[in-house]
Amino acid sequence: MTNMGVIIPLLLLLIAIFAIGLISSKRMSSGGNFLNEYFLGGRELGGFVLAMTMVATYGSASSFLGGPGTAYTVGFGWILLAMAQVVTGYFVLLILGKKFAILARRYKAVTMIDFLKVRYNSPAVAILSAIAIIVFLFSAMTAQWVGGGRLIESLTGLQYTTSLFIFAISVLVYVIVGGFRAVAVTDAVQGAIMVIGTLVLLIGVIIAGGGIPAIMQDLLNENPRLVTPYGADGSLTAAYVSSFWILVGVGVVALPQMAVRAMSYKNSRSMHRALIIGTVVTGFIMLNMHLVGIFARPIMPGIDVGDKVIPLVALEVLPAWLAGIVLAAPMAAIMSTVDSLLLLVSSAIVKDVYINFIRPEATEKRIKQVSFSVTALLGVIVFLLALQPPELLIFLNLFSFGGLEAAFIWPVVLGLYWKYGNKYGAIASMIVGMLSYIGLHFYNEANGELFGVHTVTFPIILSLIAYIVFSLAVKRKAYQF
Amino acid sequence: MNKETTEMDPRFKIAHREAWMGVGIAIVNFLWWFGFAYGLGARPVEEYTYIFGLPDWFFYSCVVGFILMSALVIVVTKFFLTEVSFEEEEEG
Repeated sequence: MTNMGVIIPLLLLLIAIFAIGLISSKRMSSGGNFLNEYFLGGRELGGFVLAMTMVATYGSASSFLGGPGTAYTVGFGWILLAMAQVVTGYFVLLILGKKFAILARRYKAVTMIDFLKVRYNSPAVAILSAIAIIVFLFSAMTAQWVGGGRLIESLTGLQYTTSLFIFAISVLVYVIVGGFRAVAVTDAVQGAIMVIGTLVLLIGVIIAGGGIPAIMQDLLNENPRLVTPYGADGSLTAAYVSSFWILVGVGVVALPQMAVRAMSYKNSRSMHRALIIGTVVTGFIMLNMHLVGIFARPIMPGIDVGDKVIPLVALEVLPAWLAGIVLAAPMAAIMSTVDSLLLLVSSAIVKDVYINFIRPEATEKRIKQVSFSVTALLGVIVFLLALQPPELLIFLNLFSFGGLEAAFIWPVVLGLYWKYGNKYGAIASMIVGMLSYIGLHFYNEANGELFGVHTVTFPIILSLIAYIVFSLAVKRKAYQF
Repeated sequence: MNKETTEMDPRFKIAHREAWMGVGIAIVNFLWWFGFAYGLGARPVEEYTYIFGLPDWFFYSCVVGFILMSALVIVVTKFFLTEVSFEEEEEG
């Protein structure tokens, strides 16, 4: 096969990454309580690993394939939109911050749901959160698996089904053996690869296009709107793009896969370092990757599946071995996101449903077995779902993020900072957030965006109102932190 | 002791202040991003100038904006955040 020169470096690199993750996680393992270790890495993450695991978890298929693919089609307006994500680098850690870290330790919380359960002293809150996480992260995971399969497909020329199968096996083995710490350590290595890989690719694309001014001229000749903030057809309004600040910016605070990381670090110093590294790395990767997407347009016109732009352009502009290494970046991004999501969904099922409600007296050994089998079973189900992939994976991905944000943002943030927040407010907020999100999603699909902003905007406002009204109206009482 | 239970854990005061800093940085970030993107980008395309080959609105909003936000986060982290212990010292 002609692609062997690409596949071999890519494979070697992936194997090396996983080996580093597994070995270092075994070495660091302090042998404490299994749940705390497997799902949280024993709250021992340092600054660099913390920052990278947040970036890598968040920087998923959408930022490496879907996002740049859309920038290819839409132009600079989409890079502007993507840059709203820089805010996640500092916002999540500053908002959840030290209070979340302290309370999570006091409550002995291993997941975000643990935190909510103790804060609101309510099993109903826990069950509702577990349902939200299982349903919504499932769609997110499926989108990521589609991305992974697609990427292997365009690299190897294998069929989609075979590619997906290879992807599934490697992810499953890794997560089951390694747990949270291995995932986090691997994320750190993968994050570093993403930084270097995106830079190499950007330079390659600029050279292939004959320099930035030449590329810009080509874009202007093709369609001047590509270099405006309004998109190729002028449909990206300021209100619509700004509303992504909620979806991919500040709202990310409420994503369980991010929140769990905000309780996993060792001390204040780790958090401070992670703030800086996270902001710089997120911005750097987002800017580079999306620029690659738009710069690829004059070099390789006429690519119709957005997700394939990055793999194709890398194969075009770089020598084979280098393309293999660079393409390890999106591969790494997808895998690390999938690893984290898989772990999170399985923690929701094992910890929040099984131990809380089905067998509270389960032994350590039993919990271990259940954790591994649930993780494996989840992998198989997602694999089957991903066999019939939807066309644009970014929208599927954003759908699930928005739903989770609408459900969790106020119960988490106001639960931390507002003493009058109580379980009635939290339950009302989650139900209103989720239902209005799903409802509005279908309304917007049929009629166009309501008031021209992204679906997530109104559900977040409605769930805020619900939280405050119900907290004050039903059994109002100040909470003692 | 009785007085202390009604008073907030001093570490939470620090945490609350730092959370507000996060909100503040995000607002600055948004205003910079929005102001340059739609302030400069709304002109007709023919009037755009190019810096390092990039359209001016994009260069100021996204490239300079990103560098500036990184600098701001570094300054805030180095000079305004406080190190606290996460463990429980006296709980009872």
